[in-house]
Amino acid sequence: MKYMLLIHQGTTPLPGTPEWEGLSAEEQGAVYSAYQAINETPGVTSGVRMGDPETATTVQVKDGKTLSTDGPFVETKEALGGYFFFEAGDLDAAIELAARVPAASMGGAVEVRPLEEEGW
Amino acid sequence: MRALTEGAPRSNGAFADGPPVEQAFREQWGRVLAALIGFLGDFDLAEEVAQEAFATAAERWAHDGMPAHPGAWLITTARNRAIDRIRRERTLLAKYKQLDLQETVEQEMQDTTFSDERLELIFTCCHPALARNAQVALTLRTLGGLSTEQIARAFLVPEATMAQRLVRAKHKIKAAGIPFRIPPAHLLPDRLDAVLAVVYLIFNAGYDGPGELAAEAIRLGAALVELMPDESEASGLLALMLLHDSRRAARFSEGELVLLADQDRGLWDVEQIETGRVALQRALALRGRKSVGVYTLQAAIASLHVEGNRDWPGIVWLYDELARLAPSPVIELNRAVALAEAQGPAVGLASIDRLEGLDGYHYFHAARAELLRRLDRPTEAHEAFERALMLVRSEPERVFLERRLASL
Repeated sequence: MKYMLLIHQGTTPLPGTPEWEGLSAEEQGAVYSAYQAINETPGVTSGVRMGDPETATTVQVKDGKTLSTDGPFVETKEALGGYFFFEAGDLDAAIELAARVPAASMGGAVEVRPLEEEGW
Repeated sequence: MRALTEGAPRSNGAFADGPPVEQAFREQWGRVLAALIGFLGDFDLAEEVAQEAFATAAERWAHDGMPAHPGAWLITTARNRAIDRIRRERTLLAKYKQLDLQETVEQEMQDTTFSDERLELIFTCCHPALARNAQVALTLRTLGGLSTEQIARAFLVPEATMAQRLVRAKHKIKAAGIPFRIPPAHLLPDRLDAVLAVVYLIFNAGYDGPGELAAEAIRLGAALVELMPDESEASGLLALMLLHDSRRAARFSEGELVLLADQDRGLWDVEQIETGRVALQRALALRGRKSVGVYTLQAAIASLHVEGNRDWPGIVWLYDELARLAPSPVIELNRAVALAEAQGPAVGLASIDRLEGLDGYHYFHAARAELLRRLDRPTEAHEAFERALMLVRSEPERVFLERRLASL
């Protein structure tokens, strides 16, 4: 089974914010090494780094007219912060990996989505 | 004394009481379906061929009598149906994982024993990736063999809604890769908690009803004890359900709730109490020196409640333990009621009045009202009974409260 793990940062402190600076060097290091360990887990294909949700532009087309709005489609707090892929035997393995994503325990959440085998 | 696994009364489920063929169906459904799902990896196909096999059995067994191993007969027949079907579809789509297996399968036709995969099935149905109401529905459908219509009726939702819930759950199991297995040791404690919670929820849904769901929950609980004989809380839960259910016939009289103290003990099911106590002893023995779990504690309380003389200080102590393990205002309320019996209504009332967050719970007001009545404070008791009556939903309890109110 192939899964996509979608990381929602929620209130997770992010580098470059005062909240992040509030963490000890040890805590910051733990976050980096947790992400590194996930990227090195067999079966994981890491995603490309995404810019902050604040930099997002949301596009909708209504009556043939393109409407652009500042910010993510959902609330900034609920916006997607990152993603990666995981090839695993079953959902339990994917849930265990998701639980190791720092955001899952720091105020955010990880959504586990199975990918369709046949593709488009 | 009955064996634990036979402790459950028969219900009028999908397989009604009566002819031995139907009894065998009832007993076999969960096992047959579990074996088929394990083999086919597909809930829908397994269910369809299981139903066909049961239909064939109903015809054939009526003429030829029951085979020596009805379960094996049903599994083999259903499995062959599935293989036939897959073979027919094979040219269209190589769809199912067991295609490679079909050659070997036919040689196993004479098998009389199949490994019991009900435990794999219940852990799959109660997987935390499924919503609790879907876990409940799926467990009743697959292991209990209840029809979608029966489950819908029991949970007061339209049949279409329940059917949709089941379809969605089965689809998710397949699409999201929920494994069909007993969870590994490091996941087992959490997963077992979910399974026990589902069984207890089924029991409670049937507690005030006609008993169909309660009986089903007891059957599931007994199966869990059989399948996981070393799990203390599985025995604890079975004990709890048996001890509560033993008083079923005495809990209502002419449409009115009867308090335990006023119940006709002749109506209690002594055999069930005995079976419940054996399960409780087993739960306690399995726990050894480790602290006892929440179901076992509640079973111990239920056991003290069916003693001739109720040991109220003992019940208070057990509630203290329970509140420590699983803090909740409802447990505190029950503790306060026991405290009132042990140390008098004033102490109990003081304890109740310290509780918060129970204003919408009729039992909170009913318990207060009763203690106020005993303390000879009729005006406040009157008010509290009225509050309870505004909130109560069950008719027998309403009748009871009204009579209580009128007697002030």
